[in-house]
Amino acid sequence: MVVELDMVILTLVMICAVGAIWVKDLLGAAILFGAYSFMLCLLWAIMGAVDVAFTEASVGAGVSTVFMVAAVFRTSRRTKD
Amino acid sequence: MDDLLSKIAGGYNYIAYITIMMIGLYAVIAKRNLVKKIIGMSIFQTAIILFYISIGAKKGATIPILMHDHGPEAAEHAIKAADYINPLPHVLMLTAIVVAVATLGVALSLAVKVYQRYGTLEEPEIQDQINKS
Repeated sequence: MVVELDMVILTLVMICAVGAIWVKDLLGAAILFGAYSFMLCLLWAIMGAVDVAFTEASVGAGVSTVFMVAAVFRTSRRTKD
Repeated sequence: MDDLLSKIAGGYNYIAYITIMMIGLYAVIAKRNLVKKIIGMSIFQTAIILFYISIGAKKGATIPILMHDHGPEAAEHAIKAADYINPLPHVLMLTAIVVAVATLGVALSLAVKVYQRYGTLEEPEIQDQINKS
């Protein structure tokens, strides 16, 4: 069997992506999107792209989530789909 | 069976990148909420980044920082490119991440302005209000 850590994390990435667009609460979608970015950051670190990993951790997971949460607080939290 | 499994494991990154890309495309096309569309766009962008990093990855190689590049023994070691992961896709994708955050900020600010004007983020309701006026 050829299960490795990066396959597990890639599966988690896909689950987080599906969850982020499936959940009906926009704040929950923003937090799931942050989890997705952190999983991708772990994946970059495993694949040896350390510079991309820490840029993703600070910019992708940090700043994007802050933007998203701020936008959700300025607009509505509920969505119909 | 074992052959098939090892083939799937070898191309797992590429299967995953296509899957994530299609998840993002579905969100952009089929979701009616503007913030959901923006999340789908970001997922699409990170799928492209995953594709490029997968191109640069190598088995049995180390991160692209030169060993023995200074000190007295520097001249005795030849640099073998097969020992290092290719750093060129990493550098390209660093700029792509920064551009992705910039587009995300612009898109979210536009969504906030749309909400202030129409009082909703759902696309059909915005369309109704535009048709009425």
